[in-house]
Amino acid sequence: MSLTFDDGTFIRSELVTPLPPPKRNIGAVAWMRENLFSGVLNTLLTLFGIALLVLVVPPVVRFLFIDAVWEGQNREACLGPEVGACWPFIKAKFSQLIYGFYPADQRWRVDIVFALGAVLLVPLMVLDWPMKRLNSFLFFAVYPVVAFVLLTGGNIDLSNFMLGHAGVIPFMSGTDTVMGLNPGFWLDYVLTALVFCAIAGGILALLGGNAMSAARGVGMFFVGLGIIILMWDFDFGLQKVETRSWGGLLVTLVIAVTGIVTSMPLGILLALGRRSHMPIVRLLSVIFIEFWRGVPLITVLFFATYMLPLFLPSGVNPDGLLRALVGVALFSAAYMAEVIRGGLQAIPKGQYEGAMSMGLGWWQMMRLIILPQALTLVIPGIVNSFISLFKDTTLVLIVSIFDFLGQLRAAFTDPNWATPVTLYTGFAFAGIIYFLFCFGMSRYSLFVERRLNTSHRH
Amino acid sequence: MADLAQATATRSRTSFINDPKIRSILFQLAALIIIVLLGWDFLQNAQENLKAQNIATGFGFMENTAGFGISQTLIPYSESSTYGRAFLVGVLNTLLVAVVGIFIATIIGLLVGIGRLSKNFVVRLLSSVYVELLRNLPPLFQILFWYLAVLSALPGPRQSISLFGEVFLSNRGFIVPRPVFAEGTGYVVWAFGLAIVIAVFVASWSKNRLEETGRPLPTFRINLGLIVGLPLIAMALTGFPVSFEAPELKGFNFAGGVRVIPEFIALTVALATYTAAFIAENVRAGIMAVSHGQTEAAHSLGLRSSQTLRLVVIPQAMRVIIPPLTSQYLNLTKNSSLAVAIGYPDLVAVFAGTTLNQTGQAIEIIAITMGVYLVISIITSIIMNTYNRRVALIER
Amino acid sequence: MKRLISTFAFAGAFGLCAVGAQAATLDQVKSKGFIQCGVSQGLPGFSNPNDKGEWTGLDVDFCRAVAAAVLGDASKVKFTPLSAKDRFTALQSGDIDILSRNTTWTISRDTSLGLNFTGVTYYDGQGFLIRKDKNVNSALELSGASVCTQTGTTTEQNVADFFRANKMEYEVIAFATADETIKAYDSGRCDVYTTDRSGLAAERLKLTNPDDHIVLSEIISKEPLGPVVRHGDDQWFDIVKWTLFAQVNGEELGITSKNADEMLKSENPEVKRIVGTEGKFGEGLGIGNDWAFQILKQVGNYGEMYDRNVGPDTPLKLARGTNALWTKGGLQYAPPIR
Repeated sequence: MSLTFDDGTFIRSELVTPLPPPKRNIGAVAWMRENLFSGVLNTLLTLFGIALLVLVVPPVVRFLFIDAVWEGQNREACLGPEVGACWPFIKAKFSQLIYGFYPADQRWRVDIVFALGAVLLVPLMVLDWPMKRLNSFLFFAVYPVVAFVLLTGGNIDLSNFMLGHAGVIPFMSGTDTVMGLNPGFWLDYVLTALVFCAIAGGILALLGGNAMSAARGVGMFFVGLGIIILMWDFDFGLQKVETRSWGGLLVTLVIAVTGIVTSMPLGILLALGRRSHMPIVRLLSVIFIEFWRGVPLITVLFFATYMLPLFLPSGVNPDGLLRALVGVALFSAAYMAEVIRGGLQAIPKGQYEGAMSMGLGWWQMMRLIILPQALTLVIPGIVNSFISLFKDTTLVLIVSIFDFLGQLRAAFTDPNWATPVTLYTGFAFAGIIYFLFCFGMSRYSLFVERRLNTSHRH
Repeated sequence: MADLAQATATRSRTSFINDPKIRSILFQLAALIIIVLLGWDFLQNAQENLKAQNIATGFGFMENTAGFGISQTLIPYSESSTYGRAFLVGVLNTLLVAVVGIFIATIIGLLVGIGRLSKNFVVRLLSSVYVELLRNLPPLFQILFWYLAVLSALPGPRQSISLFGEVFLSNRGFIVPRPVFAEGTGYVVWAFGLAIVIAVFVASWSKNRLEETGRPLPTFRINLGLIVGLPLIAMALTGFPVSFEAPELKGFNFAGGVRVIPEFIALTVALATYTAAFIAENVRAGIMAVSHGQTEAAHSLGLRSSQTLRLVVIPQAMRVIIPPLTSQYLNLTKNSSLAVAIGYPDLVAVFAGTTLNQTGQAIEIIAITMGVYLVISIITSIIMNTYNRRVALIER
Repeated sequence: MKRLISTFAFAGAFGLCAVGAQAATLDQVKSKGFIQCGVSQGLPGFSNPNDKGEWTGLDVDFCRAVAAAVLGDASKVKFTPLSAKDRFTALQSGDIDILSRNTTWTISRDTSLGLNFTGVTYYDGQGFLIRKDKNVNSALELSGASVCTQTGTTTEQNVADFFRANKMEYEVIAFATADETIKAYDSGRCDVYTTDRSGLAAERLKLTNPDDHIVLSEIISKEPLGPVVRHGDDQWFDIVKWTLFAQVNGEELGITSKNADEMLKSENPEVKRIVGTEGKFGEGLGIGNDWAFQILKQVGNYGEMYDRNVGPDTPLKLARGTNALWTKGGLQYAPPIR
């Protein structure tokens, strides 16, 4: 409804459509003028950048796709004058790059391990998926044991446990096995467990504590450990595959996953130790963390390969891959500890006080109140240390373990595939794989950060 | 009264191990005992193993003749030098990579970090691609790439790429003329030192003057003139004592000139560009941490963009940037140990590699190697912490 | 007590540990049923996996011979590929029972690394490999050259001595593995590649164009290559030592893998002693009396082993030379079996 007045005055009843802004302030031209060519320096930078893109992008695309060779049996296919990437080389070496020298007829086991890992990991990473607790138990506790059995073949040789070794019960060092299990070892194990329960209970009873709960705690520990060893010891009828014949992406992933799975609990313990009020515990944690953080991973790996065997009794020879794994686990635990400490420091004091006033003990307080909040806070930091752990797995090639990059480098020396483009093809392929893994993880960490960032800081 | 009695009774019934103090002492004692036992156990085993295998022990080997050659030495070294000398060569080579790498990484990191916040779309895109690409590839991969794919692809010494016939680039490295110092060079060095001292005075005087009178001096130009001009004058007076010996192709390789070996180039370039990606992220975070109001206030005071960046934003951002920068520098130093993969003679390759192999004394050598890195870490942290304290925000 | 803790921590917690190096190597080998043998990561003619992934070569065959002597079955060997750098640690720590990886016998290795050399399977010397188009005919023309070598080998020190003695300038670039070294040489980073001459013949086959390269005639060092065992286990040391002697004696007496069965009926007392029809020499070693017969039957004598892997009819084309029997002007000489 509009109003009109008789006296000739006029009141506008609706708004005039606004005039478009001057041509030079909108549209592509204006955007470019504003952003790309706003000054002499800026213009130069823009031109330089465009020149760089033109110089780099088309040749890369030509190399990877247009000029690339896709079919061939040996180096003859890739010897032409203007050839791009030599993909048949990757095709020929593909199984080595993934499995190393894992026996060809047993590779289904590796495939199962890969598939199982993916099946467990995906729901763990999707934040809204239910049953997180069960899922992480499966991934962090059950999966490593299953993967171990599948990859190595299980049925490890066990002669005797602690009592047998200490020479208390010499008759137990038999070698006959029932379904892969050594009765001598298991008898020894059970006896040792009982002895330890008795000792723990006895000490607490002497001190006037709760003897039953102490004995139960120790017992639970031995039952848990026992189940794991039982799985490893049981003969599932799988052919044994030595870690020497593992290689490629398999080794890369084994090291990365072991590092991740072991560095989490160790890192939490170390971080708690460093924040502890007990001076000796704090000092030990600080020394441990700062030591590993102060030295390069290579020296740690050298330490693990060359020195560890000297420090162990002359009968014990951990396998080469295991030694590297121990080194990587300790190293990444120290870094993880610092990340988690950051989270612990960010928890306001009121949370501690609140928990204590509820009558919670220290472990309960940590488990139920502090750690859940602290760990959530530092998820991006944790993922970042996973990324650097993943990148660091390449270093094992220096101690003669053939990971993905190591296999690639070995493939370069094959005279069958010696062409001018072999190197570039290999690097392009490996680069894409590494980039996908690391970039994927970093994007995921950003996503989680945004999702969990419910607080409004400013 | 009855309550009190009951309370006392309960207290006497609960054991003293429920007292947090005693409990913590017991716990710590147990931890200590386990650690000491384990350590003792390790030592015993090591002693036993060494004895059983007849492996030499002690640090006497450092005095023995090394008998192997090293491709890059900063101090005089020959095959008849001792293992101790080889160790020093290795440490210096590690430090060289670290210092040069840190210098390059800081410059690239600063530029790329600012580039990621640029208004210019092309610059922003390139900076982001740089950071994401380099950050997400393993450093060892990048070192091998530079060494095997880039530097090995260069032509041989006879076909080397040459610049003015003085500077050469080939698969044997980068060769530049070697300066030859004649008598009188000392005066030039003294002049240079003097110029720096004067420059420091000028800087502090002009700062005072600016604060008192508000009139700025073109300090930078004056000092540049001083530092370049004074040594030049000294050179002219002493009759240009420095000449250059041009490299010459002789036999297999270039004779004369200073040669930067390809292993060094590959390692330094790879580590510097890799670390620069992380530094760029630190720089970006630091700049973003400076509240936008500061920029607006600076603009409203009439400062130009470059002045705003230089006088207002960067000084404040530095406080946020320095701590993570320290750890990036340390990372670069530690990553220089990857040299062993391409045959650059750093500490790990020379000492924990060749020397360990020839003497077999793993424990001593690895302990020394780790010790060197720990010392470097600690010194860097101390220097950086001191600096950090100086730039820290002092709130009034 | 001390053993208890670390055993618990490492043997108990990690299932991958192998236990038992403190027992005598022979007992341990017998109880596990195979010999763990350290070889190279791929050196044609000495130890190299073929297309089917089976290990072949002189060093590999020697380990088979030990298995034939000890276990009566030459196939009961498992091979561990090792770099030059890792080989001694692997033996010291008990990862392997024998190191048979073209290793040069020197006094410092024999005395201060906790090792014992058991003999010489190949008398070698260090040489240089160079591109033909460099037009170099003598190692004495190498002044100013860049030299590629492998770290952790005697060649690294020999080359230093050689250039120093002849007052020549050089640059040495040392790599961790043979593959890296040959790759660097192939890409032109170095002018010459130096290692044992047998190694040069083998590594040359890995080059892009093997025919563009020649081995210079100079031999700059003595490189007696042989198998190595741990220090302090005399019985095992004897077994490995006499395995080689049995092969050399076998060649001297003309016993081959083909005629071994007929030789059992021989009346020659020397032959009878070696094939075990007379005397009980195996008992002294702690193994069966047919030990030498099994070696010769399953693996063959030294000459057969040589010709099969590195001899003139193989890609390596190495003449017997110093490795001929002493009766033919060579250095291979074995103490008698009696």
